[in-house]
Order: sequence, then structure tokens, then C-alpha cells
Amino acid sequence: MSDVMHDFELYQPASMADALELLDDHGKNAWIVAGGKDSLDWFKDRVMTPPVLVDISGIAELQGIREEADGGLWLGAMTTLTEIAESDLVTAKFPALAEAAGRVASPQIRNVGTLGGNLAQDTRCFYYRDGFPCYRAGGNTCYANTPTAMNREHTLFEASRCVAVTPSDTAPAAVALEAEMVIRNEDGERTVKAEDFFVSPDIDITRMTVLEPGDILIGVRLPGKWAGSSQYFEKVADRNVWDFALVNVAMAAKLEGGRISDARIACGAVQCTPRRLTDVEDLIKGETPDEELETLVARVASSGAKPLNYNHFKVPLMANLAKRAVRSLA
Amino acid sequence: MDEFGPYDPAVDYTSEPAIKELRPGAREATNWKPLNMTRRNFLRGVVCSGIVIAGAGYVFSHPTKARADTRAVDRLVSLTVNGRKRQVDAPPNETLAYTLRYRLGLTGTKIGCNRAECGACTVMADGVSIYSCSTLTHRLRGKEIVTIEGVAAPDGTLHPVQQAFIDEIGPQCGFCTPGQVVAAVALLNKNANPTVDEARLAMSGNLCRCGAYDHYLRGVMKAAGRA
Ligand SMILES: Cc1cc2nc3c(=O)[nH]c(=O)nc-3n(C[C@H](O)[C@H](O)[C@H](O)COP(=O)(O)OP(=O)(O)OC[C@H]3O[C@@H](n4cnc5c(N)ncnc54)[C@H](O)[C@@H]3O)c2cc1C
Ligand code: SF4
Ligand code: FES
Ligand code: FES
Repeated sequence: MSDVMHDFELYQPASMADALELLDDHGKNAWIVAGGKDSLDWFKDRVMTPPVLVDISGIAELQGIREEADGGLWLGAMTTLTEIAESDLVTAKFPALAEAAGRVASPQIRNVGTLGGNLAQDTRCFYYRDGFPCYRAGGNTCYANTPTAMNREHTLFEASRCVAVTPSDTAPAAVALEAEMVIRNEDGERTVKAEDFFVSPDIDITRMTVLEPGDILIGVRLPGKWAGSSQYFEKVADRNVWDFALVNVAMAAKLEGGRISDARIACGAVQCTPRRLTDVEDLIKGETPDEELETLVARVASSGAKPLNYNHFKVPLMANLAKRAVRSLA
Repeated sequence: MDEFGPYDPAVDYTSEPAIKELRPGAREATNWKPLNMTRRNFLRGVVCSGIVIAGAGYVFSHPTKARADTRAVDRLVSLTVNGRKRQVDAPPNETLAYTLRYRLGLTGTKIGCNRAECGACTVMADGVSIYSCSTLTHRLRGKEIVTIEGVAAPDGTLHPVQQAFIDEIGPQCGFCTPGQVVAAVALLNKNANPTVDEARLAMSGNLCRCGAYDHYLRGVMKAAGRA
């Protein structure tokens, strides 16, 4: 049969301590499996063939959603996307994230795929995933950025040799909501802001996040600051199921007396990391959301974009999504 | 070498697939040695065939750091499939779809894409619909699995979804049907009276090459309330 995965050792630790020990023992040879929806494809293609798999699904500590003292939420890394999309707490406080989780892939994938895995997933550049020895794979060329390459899904901004984009739907929501990622390894725990969690290729071209071998993302903290604020999420993809975003947008905003007092807005699938639209944020703060403001937003949202051969369509798409996000405040 | 040249009987085409040659750098960077018969793989092979006690693979491959409580899984796994306890001997890299079809003979579960992209392999695990092609068998230890074979009543009475799919002429070629049935049963177990939109959403993870979506949707709506 085709698509048989390579031979590996599978560990199913029941506690964090065991999992961390295992990861520490096996270092770079170990691969964490959460829902496995990103991982198993790598193995079936034999592009990644780690000898040791650590299945973290048995660790109770990584599950579940709970309220925090500041009115925010704690989401365990193993919480499934379906649980997030359907949770009363998340839909009430952080609808942008609930919406984003509900727009990932398909129902069966959301039933198993986890928040941690969705945030930590690798890019979907098909050259890279097919095993081409590109920059990201440790080689010395990019197959997506050539005159004849197919790069409809690739970057508009901040490409540095690699033009692959962040594929995650939950990532821009995490950035807009100022989420904090809590990471643990054998040496202790650290908290990283969502914006710093994602790594751009000019810093390290071979990875998408700050996670090092031995690290487990244990959960995501959503601060109370944005709980219950006006939020927006929208994703445009070729099909509404399975397909990754061509562009998605997430926004959190506060209104006072009809004016926007504070806002954060981020787009996915336009650069390697979720892109915060700081120009849009600066533009709309203090303003009343109306048609004139929308027009201005559309003008600045994707300015500076450097499209490749086949992805010019993303420029107006991104502008329109930003515009629609701001329109939702009117 | 001309990769796409005419067939040459002197060439051994079955050796390494070309794709493996493409990323030597990446492999070296991580020290991953896929499919080589290294000492460790050889030892594991022995463990897997059950000659050496379970867990010995871990002890052997890490003689200095062996920890008793964190062992690699051994091959035997006990699953509950359609209400019956089944012991299977499955390697860690086996998917549930493979185990169901080729070890338990439950060939009602289909493999379409083997990539979590079509839904033909949909089964329920603890009541939740999942793609069995993209789930490791060892992940399902202790879970209640229901496949298409377990949907009808023991006396053979069809599940309301099955009956409604017949009434509405749901299947055309029928290849996607087992997955469609299981997805619909999972929905109705959770939400006995879904709206059309809820049903469409719940069925959206199941492709149908014949395009019989509306028939299936009508079937789900017909079964709703009767399920
Ligand atoms: C057909 C298909 C369509 C898809 N469509 C979309 C889409 O539209 N939008 C979208 O956002 N995604 C999409 N995905 C991706 C999918 O949503 C993600 O792959 C899934 O959410 C990952 O979750 P997981 O738990 O299954 O990850 P896994 O495969 O288990 O893990 C993914 C990666 O994250 C690492 N990891 C996981 N958990 C942790 C942790 N706690 N700590 C440290 N590292 C960790 C793993 O080592 C691995 O490298 C699609 C996938 C498929 C197969
Ligand atoms: S875009 Fe990045 S991942 Fe894709 S081929 Fe180029 S370097 Fe590789
Ligand atoms: S065979 Fe599992 S989703 Fe296609
Ligand atoms: S009936 Fe033929 S694929 Fe659905």
C-alpha cells in the first residue's frame, strides 16, 4: 500500500514530566504528535521521518478551557478546534478565535486537530512539502519564487529568500487578541507573546515558531483585555472546506461613544508570520467607523505589498478583508 | 540521468524513490536515518515480533537513560470496535483505516485519499467523527469505535440514516456512502434535529465524486427526528 509511514517508536506519556523527559532524551530525533493532522502527512510522504514520536494526547494537563482571574481564558494546547469553536466561554469572550477555529479544514479534522498543533503547524508551500531541497529544507534555492513557479498561495510581504506563508487560521486571531503562548521544557517555563511566537525567515528560515526541540506548548492565555470586545474574523479560500486561507483577517476593537478607542488587526497567509496591520490600527483609532474610513482602510491595508507572479489577486483581497473588518464596527 | 527516458530493463526502478534523494541536507541536519537497518531498528524489529519483552527496545536504545515508566508502545493494542473488544497486533505506524480493513476485515470503511481530504474513511471514536486514515491505531486504545458495520441494529434493521439514504437515492456509485452515513449518524447523535445549514456543515467533511450532496442532505433531514 502507498502512503505507509516510516517505522518509528511511539511513546504515549501520561504526564508532563514523562513527556519532557522523553523529549529531552531524544532531542532532535523526537517529534511531538498532538492531533497528528499536520504530522502524519509529512510521514506518509516520507519527507520527515523522525525516529521517535511523542504522542501528548494522554496528558490531562494540556486539555481544557478555563476562565482566568483577569476575565481572560486559558486554552490548553490539546484542546481541539471543535471544542474551541463550540465553547460557550470562547464564543462569548473571544468570538474571533472561535470563528477562526471553526473555519479550519473540515469537521473531522477539527474534531481531532488541536489548537497547539494548529499554531505550531509548518507551512504548506507545496514545493517544500513535496520534499524539494529548498532554503527552508536546508538547501540553497527557492522553487516557489522563480518566473515559472506556481506561487498563487505565497507571500505579499517581508519575504526573505523563502516566500511561504503562515497557513494557520487561528494564528492571526491569536495575534489580534494579544495571546500569550506558554511553553515548557526540562529547564522550566516561559511565556512568549503571540507576535514573537512566529519566526520569520530572516531570523530562521528553517522553522515557523520559536519552539525548540524539547519544548512543549502547554497552552495559550488570552488576556482579559480583549474579552467581550468587538471582534471579527473572515477567511477566504478556494473552497470553504479543507482549503487553506488565501487571506484571512482577525480583528479586536473597542468602541467608546461611537469612536474606535483601541484596535488590533492581523492578516494570515500574506507573509510568513501573521501580519499585524499597524497602519490600519493607527488610522482607525479615534475615528468613527463609516464609509470614508473604510475607503482609507482599504487604501493602506495592503500598501507596500510585493506580489509574486501569480498572487496579485491577494492585494485587493487583503484590502477588502480589512475594510470589511472595519465595516463590522459601524 | 534522464529521469523520464524510455523504460530500460537494465535499470532497477524499484530501488530508492527519487524523492528521497531530494532532501539529503535536511536529513543530515536532523540525523534522521529513515529506513536504514541500523542497530536500533534491528533491535526494534525483534521487539515488534514479540520475541523480547515489551519495552526492551527502549532500554536497549538508551542504555544509560532508561526510565521504567516511559516506554514505547508495543504492538498489541486492544480496541473496542462496534461494541466488541478486539485485540490487534498493529505496528505503531499503522492507521486505524488500515487496521479496520486489513486486520479486522471491516472493509466497509473506505480509503479514498489517505490524506484527511475526502471523508471516505470516516468512523466515530467516542461518538465523534474522525478520519481513520489519518489517525494512528495506537491512539484509539480504550476508545469506542463505531464503523459503518456497527451502525445498523444487531438484528439487521437499518439505522434511520441508512433507510433515509435509500429512500432519497443518496448513493450513486456508493464509494463515499459509508463515510456519509457515519458522518450523518454522528451529527444526529449530537443534534437530533439539525437545521439544513447545520446538517450541511456537519456533512462538509465528506466529498462525493458523484456529486450526490443534495440527495444525502435530504436523507439527513429525513432521518432527523427519526434517529
Ligand atoms: C486536508 C487538510 C486541510 C487543512 N486545512 C486547514 C485550514 O484550512 N486552516 C488551518 O489553519 N489548518 C488547516 N489544516 C492544518 C490542520 O488544521 C492542522 O494541521 C491541525 O490543526 C494541526 O493540529 P494537530 O493537533 O493535528 O497537529 P499535529 O500534526 O499533531 O502537530 C502539528 C505540529 O505542531 C507540533 N505540535 C503540536 N502540538 C504541540 C505542542 N503542544 N507543543 C509543541 N509542538 C506541538 C507538532 O510537533 C507538529 O510539528 C489542514 C490540514 C489538512 C490535513
Ligand atoms: S517558498 Fe519557502 S518553503 Fe517554499 S520553496 Fe521557497 S524556500 Fe521552500
Ligand atoms: S481516506 Fe481518510 S479522508 Fe480520505
Ligand atoms: S456516490 Fe459516488 S462518490 Fe459519492
